[in-house]
Amino acid sequence: MDDLFVKVTTKMILPFIQMYGLYVILHGHLSPGGGFSGGAIYAASMVLYTLAFGLKKGQQRMPHEVSSKVETGGILLYVLFGFAGIFQGYSFLTNKAAGFPMGEFGAVLSAGFIPIVTFAIGLKVMSTIVTLFHTMLEEES
Amino acid sequence: MSFRMIIDNINYIGAMILFVIGLYTVLTHANLIKKIIGINIMETAIFLFFVSIGYVRGGVAPILGASGTETLFVNPLPAAMILTGIVVAVSITAFSLSIVIKIYDAYGTVDLDEIMKIRSVEADE
Amino acid sequence: MKKLLTLIVLGGLLLVLLSSIAELPPMGEEKGPSYNEIAHYYVEESAEDTGAKNIIAAIITDYRAFDTLGETTVLFTGITAVISLLGVSHQKKEGEDQHHG
Repeated sequence: MDDLFVKVTTKMILPFIQMYGLYVILHGHLSPGGGFSGGAIYAASMVLYTLAFGLKKGQQRMPHEVSSKVETGGILLYVLFGFAGIFQGYSFLTNKAAGFPMGEFGAVLSAGFIPIVTFAIGLKVMSTIVTLFHTMLEEES
Repeated sequence: MSFRMIIDNINYIGAMILFVIGLYTVLTHANLIKKIIGINIMETAIFLFFVSIGYVRGGVAPILGASGTETLFVNPLPAAMILTGIVVAVSITAFSLSIVIKIYDAYGTVDLDEIMKIRSVEADE
Repeated sequence: MKKLLTLIVLGGLLLVLLSSIAELPPMGEEKGPSYNEIAHYYVEESAEDTGAKNIIAAIITDYRAFDTLGETTVLFTGITAVISLLGVSHQKKEGEDQHHG
C-alpha cells in the first residue's frame, strides 16, 4: 500500500518489535514465553515490513534462499546438540549427565543446552512464517 | 444447577459454546474460507477446555521465584501438551488455505454450491 | 429451513454437553484427579535436574525434548507441502545477461 503514515510508522517501530522478539527467545528459561512465541513475534515484524512496503522490497530483505537455509540450519543445530549425549554413552538429548555447563541459577547462560534448543526453535518458527507469507503472496501475481 | 456452579465452571461452559458456534459455522456457510475459520474456532475451544483442567484455585503461574515464596503452582502438564497442538493447528490451516488457492485456480469461484454444480455438469458429459 | 434444522440439532448437542458438567470433577480443586504425583515431581524436582526457572520450558525442552523434535518435523512437513503445492519460481536475474552482452 502507498500510505505515507504506514511507511513512516513502520520504519520507526520495527527495531523495537525485533528487540522484544529476541528478548522473549533468549529468556525462554527464565520468564514466560519460549521459542514458539518469540519466533512468532519476530516473524510479525517481517510480515509488517512486507505489508507496508510491497512484495519486492520484502523479498529483498529475506530472499527465498536465505530463509530456506535458516530453517534447515535450525533443525540441524537441534539434532547435532542431541548427538552429544550419544558420544558420552547416555541416550539421545541428555542435558545434565552429558556434561553441559549448568551455570548459576537465574542467569541467562545457564541450564545446559536449554538456551540453544530454544534459539533453534525460534529460528525455525520465524523462517516458517515468513516463507509461508511470501509464497502465498507470490502466487497471485 | 445453582448459580455458584455456573460461576465456578465458566471455563468449561465457554469452551462448549465456542465449539458449537464453530460447528454451526462449518455446516451453514457456503464459502470455503469461512469453513476453514470455523475449524480454527473449534480447535481453539478444545485448547481452552484442556488447559483449564489444570487450574488450581489460589495458584500462581509455574515460574519459580517470580512472586515471592508461593508454593502452590498451577498444573504445568496440560499447558506443555497444548503447545504442540497449537503448532499442529497452524500447520493444518496453512495447508488447507493453499488447497483453497488451487481450487480457485481450477474452478474460478470459492463458493461450494457453484463448485458442486460445475462438477455435476462435468460428470454428466 | 435448513438453518432451522441445523439450529435445533446443535441446540440438542449443546444441552448434552452442558449437562455433562455435573459429572466432571469441580474446577479448581487442589486434590483433583489430574494433579497427581507426576505433576508434583515436575514442580519439586525440576530446579535441581535442569536449573531453569520456567517449569514449562524445562518440561518441553529437557524432559520431553524428543516430542519437541517431532513437532518441528510437523512444521517442516507443513511448509514443504505448501511450497510443493504452490510452487516457487527460480528465475535468474535478466539484468546480468544484458550487462555482459
